[in-house]
Amino acid sequence: MKVILFHLMSYADLDFDATKDYETVWLNLPNRFFDPVKGNALYNRYLDELESAEPLGFDGVAVNEHHQTAYGLMPSPIVMASALARRTKRVKIAILGSALPLREHPLTVAEEHAMIDVLSGGRLISGFVRGIGAEYHTFGLNPTISHDRFHEAHDLIVQAWTKPGPFAFTGHHYNHEYVNLWPRPFQQPHPPIWVPSQGSKETIDWAAHPDRRYTYLQTFSPAKVVGKYLKSYRDTAEAFGYEAQDSQLGWAVPIYVADTDEKARHEAKKPFELFRNRLLKMPFEMLLPPGYSSRSSLKGIMAAKASLTQELTLELAIDMGMIICGSPETVKDSITEYWNDLRFDNLLTMMHFGNLSEELTKNSMHLFAKKVLPQIQALQSETLVRA
Amino acid sequence: MFEDSVLSVKGCNIRFRRSGQGPAVLYLHGANGVPSVQPFLKELSKNFDVLVPEHPGFGESDEPEWLENMHDMAYFYLDLLDQLKIDQVHVIGSSLGGWLAMELAIRQPNRFLSLSLIGSAGIRIPEAQPGDIFLWSPEKSAENTFKDQKLVDWAIANPLDQDTTLKNRHTTALLAWAPRLHSPMLSKWLHRLKMPVQLVWGEDDRIMPVAYANAFKRLIPHAQLSVYPNCGHLPQVEKSDDFVQLVTSFINKADHS
Repeated sequence: MKVILFHLMSYADLDFDATKDYETVWLNLPNRFFDPVKGNALYNRYLDELESAEPLGFDGVAVNEHHQTAYGLMPSPIVMASALARRTKRVKIAILGSALPLREHPLTVAEEHAMIDVLSGGRLISGFVRGIGAEYHTFGLNPTISHDRFHEAHDLIVQAWTKPGPFAFTGHHYNHEYVNLWPRPFQQPHPPIWVPSQGSKETIDWAAHPDRRYTYLQTFSPAKVVGKYLKSYRDTAEAFGYEAQDSQLGWAVPIYVADTDEKARHEAKKPFELFRNRLLKMPFEMLLPPGYSSRSSLKGIMAAKASLTQELTLELAIDMGMIICGSPETVKDSITEYWNDLRFDNLLTMMHFGNLSEELTKNSMHLFAKKVLPQIQALQSETLVRA
Repeated sequence: MFEDSVLSVKGCNIRFRRSGQGPAVLYLHGANGVPSVQPFLKELSKNFDVLVPEHPGFGESDEPEWLENMHDMAYFYLDLLDQLKIDQVHVIGSSLGGWLAMELAIRQPNRFLSLSLIGSAGIRIPEAQPGDIFLWSPEKSAENTFKDQKLVDWAIANPLDQDTTLKNRHTTALLAWAPRLHSPMLSKWLHRLKMPVQLVWGEDDRIMPVAYANAFKRLIPHAQLSVYPNCGHLPQVEKSDDFVQLVTSFINKADHS
């Protein structure tokens, strides 16, 4: 299994007391609560954490994109991936992902990703997302055309990467008389494309299509939901007439390790609950603007609204498999068990969450790297062995 | 009694209600559609031939592939009037429907005998941000639509069915998410509105603040402006009797001018 360190770069220094009456930290939390001096320290700390993944033995590092929120300080994951491309030599660099429909010119995504791929000597994993619902409020982009723009932007980017230029691209949303990418990507035919998602049938149908076979990454969800969507990907692939490889599947999950289970639970509790109950919280209308999801998906989500908005404790989240937390032994066993059940070849470990301190993050990462990482990296599915 | 039928216009089926005799009056609804024939429409049908379509994408009407913006909607309605052989008509437009009424009238000014624009969308002024209807919960929407608490309570207690609500919200977003509730092109052509125009507003409108009534008045100098105190976004509901009287005399006057 490939194990990648995934950082959200939350604004951990947010004054959580002073902002407790705000409904959400997304979209309209006044930006006076952001202190650039603290931001400077956080950015450098978070990049140090990501860079340390290489000597610790991780297979990759990952960053993502969110806008106007204390949840994550990466409106441009490109900036962080660029910094990482220079300071690492071996690990894969995953952008999970760039929010294609939010760009006025998706060709800029093709260019920036190609630059990082060339700069890093072919270490880029290129993630494509639509951005979450809140981002359609942030950007003023019409959510009813989100899917359509995503698909068209994808076509433009992949063509820009693979088709000899110059050529003209005529779309409904994007039009270019001259597509002629300089630089072209390092990897041939193009960097691997991953599709991170909270789970939707439309996304799986699209990613699993035989023309694409993109790696589907289920992000922060209860293990049961992860299982459901990974299975759905496999079933979809089968319906398309091929068998999905484990390398086409991934799971992004918070992980915390300490010497004992008790210590781990004690240390992770507050930062995790802050992450789940404060940083992720937003009103339903902000999360799901009209057209962002199909109306049938929307009705399903509305039916489950109560459980989605319910506050969670760390203990409950561990039981639900939303976080893997405990001693090295416990964490290793639980990952192995999930792997046995779900069979995915990509584990995205979120080892910083909420306002977890620098010291605890470092301790947890080191313990994980020493006592868990080698064993779980050795997990290999029979299909891979057979192949 | 309103006749309730399905009208097919170039392959797009819409729900179409019609009642009364006299000059033709087309009512163009706003973001919440027109699920029922409201009392003000029944009253108006005593003096006029009242046409109440549900726009494509709303209520029981089709959601055609071609519908992408308010321009598409305007051309659809011109086709509809052609098909019904209605050469001239008065229009009442509420909110999104007011915007649509103006899009129609700048295209064929001679066809539209008068415009009554209620809490109308369509333009943007820097000094007043429209309410963010897409961020409001159903409860908040009701509170921000009506001034009268009884109507707020009624709206919360009697929501539309879920499918219709989601469909109406979807089409409203399709047409009006960005640019929000307006077209930057519209104000350039408002000088083409030579017919009588009246602006009807609730003083406490929290969706299109009353500053928009004043802005429209500046852009359409001959427009008549009526602002109701203690009234929200839908004076035709909240001040139904006054509204019917106002519109009736306005249309009659326009007809005889």
